[in-house]
Amino acid sequence: MQSKSSRRFNIFANAFMILGVIFCLSPLVLLLVSSFTDSNVLIRNGYSFYPEKLSLEAYRYLFQSGTQIMRAYGMSFVVTITGTCLSLVITTMLGYSISRPGLPGRRFLTFYVFFTMLFNGGLVPTYLMYTGTFHIKNTILALLIPNLLVRAYYVLLMRSFFQNSLPEEILEAASIDGASKLKIFYKIAVPMAKPIVTTIALFSMILYWNDWQNGLYYITTKTGLYTIQNLLNRMVQEIQYLSSNATVGGSIDLSGIPSATVRMAIAVIGILPIAVLYPFIQSNFAKGITVGAVKG
Amino acid sequence: MRMSKTKVLTGKKKKSTGWKSYIPFYLMALPGLIYFFINNYMPMGGLIVAFKSYSAKKGIWGSDWARFNNFRYLFMTNEAFNITRNTLLYNVAFIICGTFLAVTVAILLNEIRSKKASRLYQSVYLLPHLVSWVIISYLAYAFLSADTGFINNTILKLFGGKVINWYNSPKYWPVIIVIVYLWQSVGYTTIVYFASVVGFDRGYYEAAELEGAGTWKKIKYITLPLLKPTIITMVLLAVGKIFYSDFGLFYQVPMNAGALYPTTNVIDTFVYRGLMQQNNIGMSAAAGLYQSVVGFIIVIAANLLVRKIDKDSSFI
Repeated sequence: MQSKSSRRFNIFANAFMILGVIFCLSPLVLLLVSSFTDSNVLIRNGYSFYPEKLSLEAYRYLFQSGTQIMRAYGMSFVVTITGTCLSLVITTMLGYSISRPGLPGRRFLTFYVFFTMLFNGGLVPTYLMYTGTFHIKNTILALLIPNLLVRAYYVLLMRSFFQNSLPEEILEAASIDGASKLKIFYKIAVPMAKPIVTTIALFSMILYWNDWQNGLYYITTKTGLYTIQNLLNRMVQEIQYLSSNATVGGSIDLSGIPSATVRMAIAVIGILPIAVLYPFIQSNFAKGITVGAVKG
Repeated sequence: MRMSKTKVLTGKKKKSTGWKSYIPFYLMALPGLIYFFINNYMPMGGLIVAFKSYSAKKGIWGSDWARFNNFRYLFMTNEAFNITRNTLLYNVAFIICGTFLAVTVAILLNEIRSKKASRLYQSVYLLPHLVSWVIISYLAYAFLSADTGFINNTILKLFGGKVINWYNSPKYWPVIIVIVYLWQSVGYTTIVYFASVVGFDRGYYEAAELEGAGTWKKIKYITLPLLKPTIITMVLLAVGKIFYSDFGLFYQVPMNAGALYPTTNVIDTFVYRGLMQQNNIGMSAAAGLYQSVVGFIIVIAANLLVRKIDKDSSFI
């Protein structure tokens, strides 16, 4: 039996939520619509939810002449998949090993990982080190390694999982049967860790896919290594540079840079994999966040 | 092989013999540990560059000592005050607005009758969080561009207002940044509060209903008090990071426009610009060290406070 006040409240709550939906979705809808807008109409009337004329020209350009764009797209996939796989392997191994109850030095090692979440050197020493000592500038390693390959938070999530959700009896039984520690790990522990591995894989994929900082810092000459995010970033930079240096009365020569609608199309394909995987991501996210919020 | 193991079992409980038997685990842990050494601990040592007059030829360790000169240089300028003020004020605004909005949304989501609708709303709210900052800057541009932006082209038509050159007017950006921040983050923060709210004992609400309490009363006298510890914890954890900013938000969304620096330059962007754009390694290193040290003190203090309130939630 629904009281009058709770029915009224329900309507109010739904109305507020729908406003929230409009707030969240409208920029994305605008992006999508702009990518399908006729280029001249966009320049004339500006970005609009209901443009005068729709057109596929931006996407046609993308797929026919956008070789650099497609290359960057491929690069995004390569970096994301490679990075995520490597990350999972290293993170799982580390998380598992520091979860083992009798491990000597276990608390020290956990603190060693955890401390990196409290204190860090910051951009300057990190950059000087990666470029000066390790010379990864303008290599693909620069897109894979800095700050993304192993995250302390994920290691601790893994450790929590292996500590709390893995029944010791099964591992002991296998050990008694003569299985080596390594075998126990990849034949029993890992398959049982599928939920947490999936969650971290998703977090990791999103992190790599969306990363633009490593490219910004470390890829300066080899533009072939750009990911989609880097490409979008550089285009904005060039436009900013040109418009701040435009001569008075003269128009900016944007001929080297794709038009606004093409840039919108690039942004759309930049979100696409995430949008496609979204239902899958979304259910895992809630699980992952609540697990992390409750310290294990 | 099996025989000898059984022998051990009959007598005593099978016990791992010392640290040698753990070697496989140490080997498994090694790649990750090495990574943290390279990615995190070496740069911590490299912080010393803030006290040096860095020369690329000599490297961090070989460069001459500058002692406190970099810091003197940094704090002599207005910059140090501006970026600190911006960083702190924005974070305070984020914490207040973000918490208020996330708690509100979490409570409302819980009150919505249709669970399907509730889940659908949540999904939509989370989506902005998964968009990269570069793309978010494009979204902002679609609204704020001086000649083609949606706002200039609709306020003009609808309300007859003047066109505003958004990327040239620093005074609007505190509001813009907070709005963009909320857009990107509320879906994520709400999940934590929502998980709490859903877990509250139904008994309280049923008892209240029997006493004739309406929805608003139930929220005010049951939900909010029960949420207090979670809110305090989340706020403190956020305060712990008050010296840090999301670089993407402050660098990408204002499109690195120089005119906007006064209201959008935070410590993180200052360090970046000093290092990459002005090649002023000394000053940016000093600012970075300043941030790392003060940030560390604040994080520890905040986590110790959280520990007092709710032991499980603190990191320490």
